Amino acid sequence: MSDELHDLYQSIILDHNKRPRHYGALEDSTHTAEGYNPLCGDKINVHVILRGETVESIQFEAACCAICKASASMMTEALLGQTIENSQHAHARVSELLNADKDTSADISEEGELAALAGVKKFPARIKCATLPWHTFESALKNPVG
Amino acid sequence: MTAPAFDAARARADFPILATEVRGKPLTYLDNAATGQKPQVLIDAVERYYRAENSNIHRGVHYLSEQATDAYEAARAKVAQFIGIADQDEIIFTRGTTESINLVAHGFIETVFQAGDEILISHMEHHANIVPWQIAAEKTGAILKVVPVDDRGVLDMAAFEQMLSAKTKLVAITHISNALGTINPVEEIIEKAHAIDVPVLIDGAQSTPHMAVDVAALGCDFFVFSGHKVFGPTGIGVLWGKREWLERFPPYQSGGDMIEKVDFDGTTYKGIPGKFEAGTPHIEGVVGLAVAIDYLMGLDRKGALLHEAALLKAATEQLSAIDGLRIIGTSPHKASVISFLINDIHPHDIGTFLDADGVAIRAGHHCTQPLLKRFGVPATARASFAFYNDFDDVDRLVKAVQKMQKFFG
Ligand SMILES: Cc1ncc(COP(=O)(O)O)c(C=O)c1O
Repeated sequence: MSDELHDLYQSIILDHNKRPRHYGALEDSTHTAEGYNPLCGDKINVHVILRGETVESIQFEAACCAICKASASMMTEALLGQTIENSQHAHARVSELLNADKDTSADISEEGELAALAGVKKFPARIKCATLPWHTFESALKNPVG
Repeated sequence: MTAPAFDAARARADFPILATEVRGKPLTYLDNAATGQKPQVLIDAVERYYRAENSNIHRGVHYLSEQATDAYEAARAKVAQFIGIADQDEIIFTRGTTESINLVAHGFIETVFQAGDEILISHMEHHANIVPWQIAAEKTGAILKVVPVDDRGVLDMAAFEQMLSAKTKLVAITHISNALGTINPVEEIIEKAHAIDVPVLIDGAQSTPHMAVDVAALGCDFFVFSGHKVFGPTGIGVLWGKREWLERFPPYQSGGDMIEKVDFDGTTYKGIPGKFEAGTPHIEGVVGLAVAIDYLMGLDRKGALLHEAALLKAATEQLSAIDGLRIIGTSPHKASVISFLINDIHPHDIGTFLDADGVAIRAGHHCTQPLLKRFGVPATARASFAFYNDFDDVDRLVKAVQKMQKFFG
């Protein structure tokens, strides 16, 4: 198997794909959104409970590829308990990690598990899979329930 | 005495891209339902056109313009011959199957459909043969009716007969499903529709690459296909329609070339085919299409079809043996297209994984979202074979899938 493919499907990614964290509907969610990638049919729903400025709870449901699902699962771990401001920083860092024009290898160690997403940037066709959950989270923030 | 087997190796050598490598691996091109590769003769012809023949058509009196005009009209005759049509004026050049269907839909909106009329399509249509009819229905109050398919992806002919009625103003149906490979019984469909004077459009985008189609013998009213899928250039396609229909339809686009006389007091249009070919057309596309068609007609097409059937059989057997692999589309009448899923591995991951081994397949909804919804899946992986594929391609596909299945296990 090629090195690049190995970088794409790292064990962390495969693990999150097999056992996604914070998976399922969320009762009492205050914000929710659906994200869709018409290219491949990936679909994801992100549900959030916002308490003031804090992400008190976050869950997702998805019919999507391994990259999208792992990204979503890692996102829920990264954002749980964070302020909206911090969540936006995290989103910005993930976007940087996925930017093929940037060499992010130097500061990758600070990203924890999210660093595993850096392997995606060698596969331009797949970058949207990794960013879909994050965009859907942003949409959810703008979309209060009820 | 049996005829000699189709020489796939020889055909393969005519397509330079098939000898290239991708990602350090020999290219295994199995995305033929999306687009076909191009033979060297076509590449040469387009190059020659730009190097030595380029000119606008139907306009200049100079040598090159006359040559280009002759080549353009000779291509029309070639296309007519390719699909068995005697009257070459009934051949309209378009951008592709999509534009051909839109042109017909426009004609029906303007001259036929009334509120309450019915348009009959099938559940296995490409979006190109769904959306134009949805829009036509919205505009005119006509009703779009969808003939169901069964669990094998076979058209429900009993339902078709039931749904076909005096209210039906058009049947628009694909010859071969791009997502499943199902070959539809178009002869029977045309016969049943014509028995009550309902016109039929056949989407030949997927049949023309695989088999010789005699449109006159089929007897449909419209037949459409794309140049790029018959190993010709992109951006060029064909609409064939019966003269009565084409003459009845108003122009689709207007401007230069499609007119007879322009005056501020009133403009008159050319007859067919000029009426539907406004503006400078895709001349090198037309020239290239004629060469690609010539190439195809020079092949032993019956032999090629048998060869493809053998590839389909081998790939189907070997893939089916893989644990957790499920084939969507199991019609007994099938072209060399295999849509599949493996356990809960997403097709997008399958596609990327195979690509790393140089195996090009399509992963996604194949522009047939309603069909995949019918099968309860958002996407499939699809391998589609052409006459230039061989058993090594099948082997590489199967090995790559096995490797992936182990990895995601
Ligand atoms: C059955 C069918 N119809 C229509 C089309 C649309 O063809 P084009 O994109 O060349 O206009 C396709 C191409 O994918 C097809 O497979």
